[in-house]
Amino acid sequence: MTIVQLIFYGCSVMLIGSALMVITSKNSVKSVMFLILTFFFAACIWMLLESEFLAILLVLVYVGAVMVLFLFVVMMIDIDFAAMRQGFTKYLPVGLVIAAGLLYALFTVLGSEAFGPGAFSIPDARPADYSSVTELGMLLYTKYFYPFEIAAMILMVAMIAAISLAFRGKRKGTKSQNIGEQVLVKKADRLRIIKMPSEKSASEETNS
Amino acid sequence: MIALSDYLVVSAVLFTIGIAGIILNRKNIITLLMSIELMLLAVNTNFIAFSRFLEDPVGQVFVFFILTVAAAEAAIGLAILLLVFRNRRSIDVEELDSMQG
Repeated sequence: MTIVQLIFYGCSVMLIGSALMVITSKNSVKSVMFLILTFFFAACIWMLLESEFLAILLVLVYVGAVMVLFLFVVMMIDIDFAAMRQGFTKYLPVGLVIAAGLLYALFTVLGSEAFGPGAFSIPDARPADYSSVTELGMLLYTKYFYPFEIAAMILMVAMIAAISLAFRGKRKGTKSQNIGEQVLVKKADRLRIIKMPSEKSASEETNS
Repeated sequence: MIALSDYLVVSAVLFTIGIAGIILNRKNIITLLMSIELMLLAVNTNFIAFSRFLEDPVGQVFVFFILTVAAAEAAIGLAILLLVFRNRRSIDVEELDSMQG
């Protein structure tokens, strides 16, 4: 067993184990923690597929931003986790049957000749000076520049939507900007010009 | 070395876990959102594996966009979840029936 296989099988087992913990753990905070672990192991597997940029992106953006957002929300709201678990055992048989059916369907496809173990030849390892960032950037900033800009707009719309959903409006006692007043301000309100005689510098005084 | 089918099996199992999570945790919106994240992760792993084995970096570009949209979706979903909790003091999906759905 090579070191690559060892890493792959280790990461896969941990990935599936922590994903199972996400959906079965009693406490939502624990679920979020296991989801973070899942993302880490998925990033390891993406590294094995030689897409380093996306693996780093997954850790930075997903673990660093989205999962922290999840954690904040889970800790901010006060929910009765035990009541939330009602129905877990009721739905367990249905869930297992559907999961087994889906797995059977997926494995039927994966076991066929089109996707089986011998269907795709294993590509050669990339040379040491190969950079997946360069390759991705060359595509993103040329051929896919328009979708890239749209993705930026989607992020901005999401930001505005999230803020306006969670913003409760002005309340007494909170300090906020008054934009109308800021725009209407005149020069005279902020700036005072005073007249005074100019002073001579020390060097000029010694010369005279 | 590792064949493509190994990666596909891992992501198929991950996707199934995400589906099972949606069925099992029907009451808790947070776990529902996390199950959706698991399914997106499985799909992204598939995309990257195919991109590697077909030597085509366009698959990685697609994963990039999926990550963007998923981040936006998570942010808005959590904001809505916060509003639901603020108005009803609970995040039970079964209690959200004011639209008679």
